[in-house]
Amino acid sequence: MNELTEFTLAEARDGLAKKQFSAVELTQAHIDRIAKSSALNAYVLETPEKALEMAAASDAKINAGEARPLEGLPIGVKDLFCTKGVRTTACSNILGDFIPPYESTVTQNLWDDGAVMLGKLNNDEFAMGSSNETSRFGPVVNPWKANGTELVPGGSSGGSSAAVAARLGIAATATDTGGSIRQPAAFTGTVGLKPTYGRCSRWGIVAFASSLDQAGPITHTVRDAAMMLQSMASFDKRDTTSVERAVPDYEAALTGDIKGLRVGIPAEYRVDNMPAEIEALWQQGIDWLKAAGAEIVDVSLPHTKYALPAYYIIAPAEASSNLARYDGVRYGARKNGTDIDDMYAQTRAAGFGDEVKRRVMIGTYALSAGYYDAYYVKALQVRRLIAEDFTKAYEKCDVLLTPTTPSAAFPIGKNIEDPLEMYLNDVFTVTVNLAGLPGISVPAGVDGDGLPLGLQLIGQAFGEETLLRSAAVLEEAAGFDAQPQDWWSA
Amino acid sequence: MSVDEKMVRRIANLARIGVTDDELPALAKELSAILGFVEQLSEVDTDGVKPLTSAVENKIRGREDVVSDGGYAQDVLANAPEKDDEYFSVPKVVE
Amino acid sequence: MSDNQNLIAGATGDWEIVLGLEVHAQIASNAKLFSGASTEFGAEPNSQVSLVDAAMPGMLPVINWFCVEQAVRTGLGLKAQVNNYSVFDRKNYFYPDLPQGYQISQFQQPIVGEGAIEIDLEDGAVKEIGIERLHLEQDAGKSLHDQHPDMSFVDLNRSGVALMEIVSHPDMRSAAEAQAYVKKLRAILRYLGTCDGNMEQGSLRADVNVSVRRPGDALGTRCEIKNVNSIRFIGQAIEYEARRQIDLIEDGGTVEQQTRLFDPKTGQTRAMRSKEEAHDYRYFPDPDLLPLTFSQEFVDDIAKHLPELPDDKKARFVNDYGLTPYDAGVLVGEAENAAFFEAAAAGRDAKAVANMVIGSVFAGLNKSDLAIADSPVSADQVGQLVDLIADDTVSGRTAKEVFELMFEAGPDQGKDPATIIEEKGLKQVTDSGAIEAAVDEVIAANPDKVAQAKERPKMAGWFVGQVMQATGGKANPQAVNTLVMQKLGLD
Repeated sequence: MNELTEFTLAEARDGLAKKQFSAVELTQAHIDRIAKSSALNAYVLETPEKALEMAAASDAKINAGEARPLEGLPIGVKDLFCTKGVRTTACSNILGDFIPPYESTVTQNLWDDGAVMLGKLNNDEFAMGSSNETSRFGPVVNPWKANGTELVPGGSSGGSSAAVAARLGIAATATDTGGSIRQPAAFTGTVGLKPTYGRCSRWGIVAFASSLDQAGPITHTVRDAAMMLQSMASFDKRDTTSVERAVPDYEAALTGDIKGLRVGIPAEYRVDNMPAEIEALWQQGIDWLKAAGAEIVDVSLPHTKYALPAYYIIAPAEASSNLARYDGVRYGARKNGTDIDDMYAQTRAAGFGDEVKRRVMIGTYALSAGYYDAYYVKALQVRRLIAEDFTKAYEKCDVLLTPTTPSAAFPIGKNIEDPLEMYLNDVFTVTVNLAGLPGISVPAGVDGDGLPLGLQLIGQAFGEETLLRSAAVLEEAAGFDAQPQDWWSA
Repeated sequence: MSVDEKMVRRIANLARIGVTDDELPALAKELSAILGFVEQLSEVDTDGVKPLTSAVENKIRGREDVVSDGGYAQDVLANAPEKDDEYFSVPKVVE
Repeated sequence: MSDNQNLIAGATGDWEIVLGLEVHAQIASNAKLFSGASTEFGAEPNSQVSLVDAAMPGMLPVINWFCVEQAVRTGLGLKAQVNNYSVFDRKNYFYPDLPQGYQISQFQQPIVGEGAIEIDLEDGAVKEIGIERLHLEQDAGKSLHDQHPDMSFVDLNRSGVALMEIVSHPDMRSAAEAQAYVKKLRAILRYLGTCDGNMEQGSLRADVNVSVRRPGDALGTRCEIKNVNSIRFIGQAIEYEARRQIDLIEDGGTVEQQTRLFDPKTGQTRAMRSKEEAHDYRYFPDPDLLPLTFSQEFVDDIAKHLPELPDDKKARFVNDYGLTPYDAGVLVGEAENAAFFEAAAAGRDAKAVANMVIGSVFAGLNKSDLAIADSPVSADQVGQLVDLIADDTVSGRTAKEVFELMFEAGPDQGKDPATIIEEKGLKQVTDSGAIEAAVDEVIAANPDKVAQAKERPKMAGWFVGQVMQATGGKANPQAVNTLVMQKLGLD
């Protein structure tokens, strides 16, 4: 086990500053580790030459005393972010070998701060999924195993979570539309942060559901998440939904002090058939925060149970329109047809996987004449009620504490045949996207099989500082230090 | 709410996703199950509730009327599956 | 309510045509509606296409605020309701020149609501045509279907250009009314500067909705003739389509609701390839944008700076210059023409100026296919010539000669009228002594005609003609006439 792959971002930043090792050495160590870890299928495209180039440039900067905030730190990029000159596929066949002539704002921010790109990470096709089993490149395997079974790393950012957990990158970019950062983080014992909607720019990120998508980091620690968000977040004029608001110093917010913080416990998150371990962990979290000086408040989010059905109308509806551009005309893979409409039909039938097709069709149906009011409008009305639930709750508390997922990571293949069963993975996370709020998953314990479990903190809009501060305290109290045993190295 | 195979055909056509006859039954079943799941929204009283499209308070921002983009036909056409010189080419469209 | 003069005779009785127009006007702006690419006409294919216009993955729209201003300006010019809150919706359908697979448009809440424009009918009457709404939307790219047997080619330069879609109420009852509507709308847009109205280049196109009915009946089924791009074709398409529908119904058939295309070569309309589910556009508010809102101050500021519009200018010309409504109407057709007239008319007989501008200047420009900006004769020179007629330096007839010399290509083109008159010795002879002498000469030389004239007074005209000839056309015709009548004893 190479020490150079054992660091957090903060530790590596420190080591580089102290010249304990070079950026090139740090990056090389990760490149070597990735090369031996194909069994996990976390990376869909490795970019070692580019990474070493960037690392060398970082060394020059460090030596000149001009180190930028993430100088020389090697990270992976979810294949949903368009990377200039580097193949980007959203893990879908329909994008073929698309090479974007442009870089997403979020990743450009990271490169501008000196980070190094190790490669593109696997994800569920078009970010639609909770297990990373729908990718054109095949499933990602969770570095965590129980009883010798291969488990899912969560989704859609399964490549990101698996890579960080297996130390194939110190951090990773990811996106979250219904839980796709937080749930995989919980399944892999990592930290996953979804910022407030509009905090990070969506420009250059393959769009799934425009009003829900948000970029965020998956990291080892809350401090690392703060470092990543610092860089990823920005106001972008090219994104009308980007909010013009200064990016505060997130690391400075990690004071360790939550005395007087009011932590809300939403009653409706105690769902039927909730596994006892999850219930226990949640209670454990409550106790930790209380011990740290927080005030625990019972709150109610009455429309919680309607969040999943509302999400499964709104997200597919927006997706059905966002994915209409994948038609084989201007980029991606084309299947010829007898005429233009046949070409479209063949191209999209061959290019989209089953889950994507299902969601596009549900979305098309929900928007179609005669059904629009009953489905789409209704879902948006329920969305407002859900958002108002949070607003009311936040009159009595500052953050909310809930479990992240209803279970630990499950075996590959278990739920893939049953879409509805798969959707239930998002039951604790989806409300947060609908309300546009920030949420973070912190690894808090393990289950009976030794698999990681996460706790979720939900903040107020643009309340990432309070959220991160609370999360850091929770992380400290939990003291999660379990590691996956390396079974995957070649 | 369940959808029959005829409706699935209609949706697939609107969405330009080719579906073979063999695929129809399974699709109809899956889509019906999902629609059955979302049906529970009808339980919620939404009288007088304004639909929420934008999760976060924000006002539309515009830009100046200056030409600041375009002029890179090479990049625009670079990934085209089929092209003819400066045009994208597609199977003939009959109007 | 039907205008009897507009009824069409069918085999079994009279029919009324009902017409509504949806005009697409390209907004005069430098950049597109949601992207910073250029809108200039005639560029190399795909060279005015941004990543957003090409609908690349992850691309997002940002609105060009100037286009919003132009739409508000147009709404005010159409005396319409401007909505401070409106919404952009996605109109979803698949077509190769629509890269996103949807068009960003406005469906339920457009930026402009009800308005009206007045059209001038041939008999001088004025009719009000209602406008239902105006909304902002993206234009699509262009497909070429006739370059290759199996392939169509797509150029996205036009994709994303800002359009105003202006929807009229179905208030028109004849091809002439529809043409007058488009002409007037075009003039208003050009006056406002919000659209250049160039139909040949496609900056202004009309979708014409045509239906027929027996006078007094409910509305018939309508067919939409898409993308008609000249006023002449609008007339032809309506004539053909109305006749087609009438014949169809009278033969026992029913009109199907269809989208049709007009073929200028054949003068006929034909049905477009029928698209199944063609009308389920699944409109929903675009989640990449926010509602379009602006303050009342924004609107008021635009209103304050509106130019004088055609109707107001016409009324002013009638009131202040004493012109006939017809002449005023002709002069205000283009703002530049009206400006030319006013420059020439300043401080002189406006009617005389109007006659020369309409009769000579416009006639000359039409013949040479020139715009007023390229007129060889300036407004000032028109004014000078009118003055020279007024002070009897030249006769009206000679003035026409002078004008032609000023206008036509040749050594005298562009010269001041006084210069030409001088150089060519065209001054009118007004010296009564000289004229009297000429009259006396002709009378003396034609005693028999003098006798005839006493019987038939009309013969005086012959004498006038002879005197004019003898003086090389330069004698003042009124003076000649007076003297001839006097000398013949006919006054």
